[in-house]
Amino acid sequence: MSILEQTPTTAAVLVDEHGLTPRGPIAIAWTFLRRQPVGAIGMVLVLIFGLAGIFADWIAPYSPTANDFAVMTEPPSLAHWLGTDQLGRDLLSRILFGARTAFVVGLTSALVGGLAGLVIGVASAYFGGQLDLWLQRLLDIVMAFPLIIMALAVVSIFGTGIQNVIVAITIPLIPRCARVVRSSALAIREVPYVDAARALGFSHSRIILAHMVPNVMGPFLVIITAFVGQAILAEAALSYLGLGVQEPVPAWGLMLQGGAEEYATTAPWIAVFPGLAIMLTVFGINLFGDSLRDVLDPKMRDR
Amino acid sequence: MYRYIISRVLLVFPTLAGAATLVFVLMRLVPGDICLVRLGSGGGNFTTQALEACHAEIGIDRSWIVQYLEFMWGMARFDFGISMWSGKPVIVEIATRFPISLEVAVMATIIAVTLAIPLGTISALKQNSWIDLVVRTFSIAGLATPAFWLGIVSILVVLDLTQAISGHPWMPPIDYVPLWQDPIRNLSIVMLPALTIGYRYAAVSMRMTRSAMLEVLREDYIRTARAKGLINRIIINRHALKNALLPVVTVIGIEFAFLIGGLVVTEQVFNLNGIGRYMVQCVQNQDYTATQALVMLTVTIAVLSNLVVDLLYAWLDPRIRLA
Repeated sequence: MSILEQTPTTAAVLVDEHGLTPRGPIAIAWTFLRRQPVGAIGMVLVLIFGLAGIFADWIAPYSPTANDFAVMTEPPSLAHWLGTDQLGRDLLSRILFGARTAFVVGLTSALVGGLAGLVIGVASAYFGGQLDLWLQRLLDIVMAFPLIIMALAVVSIFGTGIQNVIVAITIPLIPRCARVVRSSALAIREVPYVDAARALGFSHSRIILAHMVPNVMGPFLVIITAFVGQAILAEAALSYLGLGVQEPVPAWGLMLQGGAEEYATTAPWIAVFPGLAIMLTVFGINLFGDSLRDVLDPKMRDR
Repeated sequence: MYRYIISRVLLVFPTLAGAATLVFVLMRLVPGDICLVRLGSGGGNFTTQALEACHAEIGIDRSWIVQYLEFMWGMARFDFGISMWSGKPVIVEIATRFPISLEVAVMATIIAVTLAIPLGTISALKQNSWIDLVVRTFSIAGLATPAFWLGIVSILVVLDLTQAISGHPWMPPIDYVPLWQDPIRNLSIVMLPALTIGYRYAAVSMRMTRSAMLEVLREDYIRTARAKGLINRIIINRHALKNALLPVVTVIGIEFAFLIGGLVVTEQVFNLNGIGRYMVQCVQNQDYTATQALVMLTVTIAVLSNLVVDLLYAWLDPRIRLA
């Protein structure tokens, strides 16, 4: 097989209607929006909740922690669009600030876990041999812990609170990313240009950073997008169990704890809205991730 | 074939031993002295003797190596020690809670499989039709819905529905009775939790069935079968579905381990006294002996379900063994 026939396993194939590859972030985003309408819906959902989190201080009508005992368990009204909870706090404001918590935990865990996994995965594939063998066994062991169980174990040791929750969710994500990155990196290692770079006497770090990492970016981006959603769900579950983010920090999982079940019949809005926020956010992330995969991985098209 | 089975089965032991080691190390990372936490939790003062007695009782006055070997030997004999909270053997605490969790898990699996395979197949056969769109939306939403929220909402719906129909709200009973004693009561306890966990499970398996089916339908042998003039039903059932189910089996196996994670939150919502809820209590009570036993139990279930998947896979697809 000649060098010309070799193609990287995943290449960005985002092309517009003229078959041209867009240059620059705005052009890429615009082409993505037109070619992947479903992904665009996802992106819009993510943007709505993301912007809500960033600008919560300015757009929230009330403080997320302010109690107004005159309006406890009020149904949605003009003053309180989504109603109030059993402590007289405005649900809309809490959901807006909760978006911040969700995205901080989701993005930090996904990025840190993803980057650690990227380093381990590429190094494991590039160096191979004994290092690869032992790293893979170690990853097997860590992967045997279901995500939420691992997170619970970490929380039981370090305690609750937002930083510990991020640590607890990041750790189980690392091997899952390393696994995916390694399998794409293994294919890249066999491509002749890596041999060529080695023959030219380039350092390991240069080969890894300049030749291997850019070529595993496709699957890497797809998996960390999925991680953001998983991390948001895991954070909500931990907070719901009382083992995650703690009061008074507003978090969607926390809003469903206690009051939501107790007041289920008399004040269903307490239970319904925070859950809808979680669902729509993760739904948006998943839609976006699916379209991203379609764009970055031509083999997965039309599925 | 036998070589593959034996080597695959043998691989389970180092993985489990490694996991046990990891659990041992993790539990020793607890900042501070467990005994200080335990004695201090009462709020009162305590003597140095009491602290030393506590150290001796848990055995943390001995060297790490001795503790480690003892821990591993205990795990190998299913001796998980005494619960630091209740004072009863951990294995007894787990045994009383295990049946209900297992029943919910099995029920959820049945629900998932009976939903996923037919719907995933139809979705693939009628690609891009309205039914495909509905199935895909249903399954992608399943991946985004937190199981505990679905649980809360389903309780809400049941309460409102029974209120509307019979005039007084009905809640599923929470005290567990085995299936063979009172099937109706048993099912009324287990059904809602199984449905809420099963939804996610069904969603994942449905996506897999659909994409595997789409891939198989493009294979040459399907075209050959069509060209031979075989009727569609035989092509689908005998040629396509049979081959498409391979990756579905994998996903069902992998997701079974996920299910245990789902139990942790769902049991809390429905107030079921299963191992998931017990684990949350153990973490809250800082009961490290019980926590490490429960973590090991879930890891063992995950490792064994992976083993079953790999063996099934090898049995279903002869090409795997060559790899």
